[in-house]
Amino acid sequence: MKELEEKESVVIRFAGDSGDGMQLTGTQFTSTAAVIGNDLATLPDYPAEIRAPAGSLAGVSGFQLNFSSKDIRTPGDAPDVLVAMNPAALKANIRDLKEGGMLILNEDAFTPQGLKKANYTSNPLEDDSLTKYELYKLPITTLTVNALHDTGLTKKEIDRCKNFFALGLMFWLYDRPLDVTIDWISTKFKNKPVMIDANVKALKGGFHYGETAEIFKRHYHVAKAKLPPGRYRNITGNEASALGFIAAAERAGKPLFYASYPITPASDILHELSRHKNFGVRTFQAEDEIAAMGAAIGASFAGAVSLTGSSGPGIALKSEGMNLAVMTELPMVIVDVQRGGPSTGLPTKTEQADLLQVIFGRNSESPLPVVAPSTPSDCFAMAIEAFRIALKYMTPVIYLSDGYLGNGSEPWLLPSIDSLPNLEVRHPTADGPKFYPYQRDPKTLARPWAVPGTAGLEHRIGGLEKENVTGNVSYDPKNHELMCQLRAEKIARIADDIPEAKAVGCQRGDLLLVGWGGTFGAISSAAEELQREGYSVAHLHLKHLNPFPRNLGEVLSRFETVIAAELNFGQLAFLLRGKYLFDVKSLSKVQGQPFTIAEIVQGVKRFLKTEEVRSWQKKSLA
Amino acid sequence: MAEKIAGLTASRTRQDFVSSQDVRWCPGCGDYAILSQVQKVLAELNVPRENYVFVSGIGCSSRLPYYVNTYGFHSIHGRAPAVATGIKAYRPELSVWVATGDGDALSIGGNHLFHALRRNIDLKILLFNNRIYGLTKGQYSPTSEFGKKTKSSPAGVIDYPVNTLSFALGCEGTFVARTIDSDTRHLGEMIKRVGEHKGAAFLEIYQNCVIFNDEAFKEVTDRAVREETTILLEHGKPLIFGKNREKGIRLNGLELEVVTLGNGYTEKDLLVHDEKTADPSYAFLLSRMELPKFPIPIGVFRAVERPSYDHLLEEQIRQSTKAMGKGSLEKLLNSGETWTVT
Ligand SMILES: Cc1ncc(C[n+]2csc(CCOP(=O)(O)OP(=O)(O)O)c2C)c(N)n1
Ligand code: SF4
Repeated sequence: MKELEEKESVVIRFAGDSGDGMQLTGTQFTSTAAVIGNDLATLPDYPAEIRAPAGSLAGVSGFQLNFSSKDIRTPGDAPDVLVAMNPAALKANIRDLKEGGMLILNEDAFTPQGLKKANYTSNPLEDDSLTKYELYKLPITTLTVNALHDTGLTKKEIDRCKNFFALGLMFWLYDRPLDVTIDWISTKFKNKPVMIDANVKALKGGFHYGETAEIFKRHYHVAKAKLPPGRYRNITGNEASALGFIAAAERAGKPLFYASYPITPASDILHELSRHKNFGVRTFQAEDEIAAMGAAIGASFAGAVSLTGSSGPGIALKSEGMNLAVMTELPMVIVDVQRGGPSTGLPTKTEQADLLQVIFGRNSESPLPVVAPSTPSDCFAMAIEAFRIALKYMTPVIYLSDGYLGNGSEPWLLPSIDSLPNLEVRHPTADGPKFYPYQRDPKTLARPWAVPGTAGLEHRIGGLEKENVTGNVSYDPKNHELMCQLRAEKIARIADDIPEAKAVGCQRGDLLLVGWGGTFGAISSAAEELQREGYSVAHLHLKHLNPFPRNLGEVLSRFETVIAAELNFGQLAFLLRGKYLFDVKSLSKVQGQPFTIAEIVQGVKRFLKTEEVRSWQKKSLA
Repeated sequence: MAEKIAGLTASRTRQDFVSSQDVRWCPGCGDYAILSQVQKVLAELNVPRENYVFVSGIGCSSRLPYYVNTYGFHSIHGRAPAVATGIKAYRPELSVWVATGDGDALSIGGNHLFHALRRNIDLKILLFNNRIYGLTKGQYSPTSEFGKKTKSSPAGVIDYPVNTLSFALGCEGTFVARTIDSDTRHLGEMIKRVGEHKGAAFLEIYQNCVIFNDEAFKEVTDRAVREETTILLEHGKPLIFGKNREKGIRLNGLELEVVTLGNGYTEKDLLVHDEKTADPSYAFLLSRMELPKFPIPIGVFRAVERPSYDHLLEEQIRQSTKAMGKGSLEKLLNSGETWTVT
């Protein structure tokens, strides 16, 4: 028996060719770590090309996972371990590996041809370039072939199993059981016993190799995390969003209608929802985003809990329809799972740069509520929150997620159904007071939602300006201004119906870090680290971006410096400056990658040390 | 649905479908005749008033929903089929109508019209074709004739026009027909057929825009020549036209041909109109008939049955509910690998 060493947290990155099954390897490791009870966070990193030439740098696919016995909120800054299945994977990822980190390579792939494809001029296994790392060169392909020689599979089929060999090895190295993955393989290949046999053999082959080969002197254990008690599952943000939308529809007592046109990274919501027709969920794959928006509006007019979703480029197409929804004051949720842009940009990478698009990107005075989830599992709660606002205030609501949240995963403490808000809606009928389509609720300013099929309430609405109360077409100048004010006031009043902003850490002090969306994990961890180092730094995370919480300006004013940290060039900072006339600084990153904790810590220290603050604007002026 | 129909008052009239809004089309516009026939037909169809929904895009014709006393939605330019699809897909029991213009439906909205037809969504689509942009004051449209001089084509249109019905048939529309605003009786009949069809029904209405394209359809509306320039399509009847019903259409190889009866041709040589031919090719041939070589066909080109999208969607919901049981939120949240922390 080899020595077993305890570790608090480990960050592993699996990297290989996009055909090597790295996403699968990563998710399997994740499931096992989750079932064991670790806290965890993941970051899948896909190439934009579905099948770039095998072995090329463009085809490298990665999956990073941080698992821990303590509370963690990010997939980890730098990997402790890198598993690289070929030279391109090594080249694309090695700069991130911690110095002294463990590097496990598939030696078989380091052929002259493989090296050439990755643009290596010399073999890194033979020069001194990898001496900084704890290097393990293993012939993973050969070992897999040896383990599977008697399965009757072709050479190509055997080659495909090498990711399970690598996974088995990692399971041994981190003292994980194999059964979760064996169960998965058995279900997945239910009708192909040969494949079950082969993949299980490869998995066990890797595991036993770790134990018996004289290569690893020790292996490691990461204990269960002390998570709050309850029932958990591991969930990605897109799955959690989809479940949240179904839950919202259930709580509203109406079937969900989802209209969408496929786009990365939002498509998974369409995939997930289309599996749940037995909840009455109607998914409509439209011909384009404009049609999806139109269909969502139509369904909402007809009384549905109505949803449409896309990513930035598709949201741009939807904007004319979004304004129709604003004018007709119909409830629906518009999902934007942001990605790198502009234009097609970085389709598989994350960014937070659609904030100004969703707030301002429409003609005329067009206020819309915007909410943003903070973690993959928070997507569930915020999806319900988006519909709560939409249904209560009769308004389209924008739900701003991003690729990092959508694809990333973490353990989710399952809520009890009773704890979910009740979203029940009542439609007016003819026996009530005289019906006017734009007669507003005095408190929420919501108009009544009379649906086709209701006798006696036949009415006509559309994109032309409405006369106050009657909803008839009106070109009266004063009426137009009044209606613009009413629509704005309705959205502004939501501020009274959402949680107040709360700084975490000191309540007044030197510096407040403000963030929104998927950067929550990195920013909150960075703030805690700074607090531990003795800085008077607090963190405030916004989940409601329009309107802002009622007390936000007051909270900002309690700090000497306010920094908005975001994956764009300062869009939230711009909004805060505009609204509160406060000199908000900006800490930004626009690389298609999430913040690391260290980047934020360093960034904040720069601000704290040098009185002379350098925002990106100032830099670009110089 | 059944109970609701039982509640219908037998004596509904056109007046029940007149809304309180002033109709604001130019005096003499063909849209008035269409509106009036729509209102009349709505009273005749077996649908409760509250179950009618009119959806439109933008253009003069798209104002129609305001004037019909049912549920109505005046949407945005070109997108009416998409909005209507959302309504119908969610509420199959509603009778959903689309009022659209040639610019609205075929230019900005061409994509949506195509998909609504090919999906066979149970929508009743009335396309008011005036071969011009009315609301924006007289630019050429996708159906404007080649060479036509308009405000935006002073040197003549160099776009080849779309053949509206060839397009609709190319999309495999299950009901495709044509009528003329000034032929009130036929217009009413066609709107009624549209209302009764299950699936995507498409009716092209030649509509006169008195202001920007007056008498664009003079050749087919002028009483003096009408019988020579149009041919009425009637299911089961031979394709005969002419003042003295002396001319007919026959198939010569793969092409249509006008023949004069008596010149060695009898009625037996003529095509007998069959709107129920499953293959749209025959109807497509008819749609190619254009002046001056052929008379313009008026009537139902194609009327076939095929399950509609909304019906199939409901069926999938029913099937998966049967197979998986009615969805339980508790079960859904707890699905996949779960574990308990104590
Ligand atoms: C996005 C957008 N683009 C352009 C317009 C301007 N517009 C309004 S109606 C119209 C054309 C209408 O022509 P048609 O559909 O033939 O209808 P008609 O007025 O002749 O009935 C145009 C270009 C608009 N309202 N919206
Ligand atoms: S512009 Fe033409 S189509 Fe429009 S209302 Fe006047 S006559 Fe009718």
